[in-house]
Amino acid sequence: MSSGGHAYIVGAYEHPTRHAPDKSGAQLHAEVALGALADAGLSRQDVDGYFCAGDAPGLGPLSMVDYLNLRVRHVDTTETGGSSYLVHVAHAAQAIAAGKCNVALITLAGRPRSEGTSIGTSTPPGSLAQPDRQWEVPFRPTVVNMYALCAQRHMYEFGTTSEQLAWIKVAASHHAQHNPRAMLRDVVTVEDVMRSPLVADPLHRLDCCVISDGGGALLVTRPEIARSLARPRVRLRGAGEAIKGQDGGNIALTTSAAAHSGAAAFAEAGVTPADIRYVSIYDSFTITVLVQLEDLGFCAKGEGGRFVADGNLISGVGRLPFNTDGGGLCNNHPSNRGGMTKVIEAVRQLRAEAHPAVQVPNCHLALAQGTGGNLATRHCSATLILERE
Amino acid sequence: MNAIATPPPGPQPNAETQAFWDAAARGQFLVRRCNACGRAHWYPRVVCPHCFSDRTDWERASGQGTLYAFTVMRRVPVPYAMAYVTLAEGPTMLTNIVNTDLDALYVGQPMRVVFVTADNGLAVPMFTPA
Ligand SMILES: [Zn+2]
Repeated sequence: MSSGGHAYIVGAYEHPTRHAPDKSGAQLHAEVALGALADAGLSRQDVDGYFCAGDAPGLGPLSMVDYLNLRVRHVDTTETGGSSYLVHVAHAAQAIAAGKCNVALITLAGRPRSEGTSIGTSTPPGSLAQPDRQWEVPFRPTVVNMYALCAQRHMYEFGTTSEQLAWIKVAASHHAQHNPRAMLRDVVTVEDVMRSPLVADPLHRLDCCVISDGGGALLVTRPEIARSLARPRVRLRGAGEAIKGQDGGNIALTTSAAAHSGAAAFAEAGVTPADIRYVSIYDSFTITVLVQLEDLGFCAKGEGGRFVADGNLISGVGRLPFNTDGGGLCNNHPSNRGGMTKVIEAVRQLRAEAHPAVQVPNCHLALAQGTGGNLATRHCSATLILERE
Repeated sequence: MNAIATPPPGPQPNAETQAFWDAAARGQFLVRRCNACGRAHWYPRVVCPHCFSDRTDWERASGQGTLYAFTVMRRVPVPYAMAYVTLAEGPTMLTNIVNTDLDALYVGQPMRVVFVTADNGLAVPMFTPA
């Protein structure tokens, strides 16, 4: 069943906190649910579907449905790391089209900053039963050095430079200066990025996203309910999801699963990259953005470095405004999962509610892109094409 | 040369992989090859990830490979090189590059396997310039 055309995002809320030592994780989930319901003009009693992922405390949806005291007839806990919430939007649309629920609530929240884990430079925890674990943990993989492998290989194959990657951070910082909630509000230059310490070469500290507490929530509903609400209507026009692993050892570090999820989303939506006015692109690292832009078809494979340079991603300056909230690189990366905030800023743009300094004129068609897991081993890509009606 | 690094975190073998780690302890580097499609794969598993046959066996690998991608982790007490090495048998594996100048690595560089003792006593296959 197609996910396109049947469902609308009617509520979107980003928690204002970036540091929440005084809150519990479950509390953050409840606060973002409350925020999204207020944004939509719906009540908790309207929610009959609930979606959450690995950041939700407890056993699957059980703890959170009980904590929030929801009455739901459909749940989905698809876990694909930071891309989960884009997958949830697509799955919610499918469930709504199938008559399984009317109003789907999606929540994300977490407190990695308060809990003080060195997420980028330590080996991620995992189950001993995870089949890949014994073949990786002895080599001390971290999030940063694994993404650094992708950057190193991209530079080898295509001549991409650190300066070109730095332009992605520069663009994000130009947007973040207008966001009072952003963790990093100072505009940076290519030289600032290049002069920041190497973490795992070729990635510098400023090639990396922030670590923040917080969360966000979305509400997805059917057309009849969306039309009864006062908010601008944002329709899901197309969606795609894909997983890319190691293919038995055929490692290809410069291409992501976005090549498949993007093609599926564009086909379902019946549009092309040239039609898109604004993009939210998952930005755990600068290299993540570059690879996804290529795989989504905004430029040819290998051309990403030239495409992102010279401010081409800056709203009002370049051809393809991206992450106008400052993204994970400068604003917020709650629970180390950037997918939720990608959808939220795309909704703001389509509603013409982004900051006036970064609002894209006549923004009627946007793309939100998530990558969860690890680009260098196994990851999920999820692509949403959203339209203002 | 590098400063003395702490031993790598030990792998946790299971019934499917015990033979690999037993061989590693004897200084032998194994890959898993499929008798149906003829291809070797990585990481090793009983059911071939290429053709989904269960007719796979261990074989002694050459221990030769070439560097596919690498990075040096700098923000740690002792920098170390994470890498993908493409084995002469075909598949590419995640590993570390050791016992060499980490600032002189290059893609395509010939490599050979060496075993490094992990913190649980098992031998872990790493690579050094051939
Ligand atoms: Zn086979």
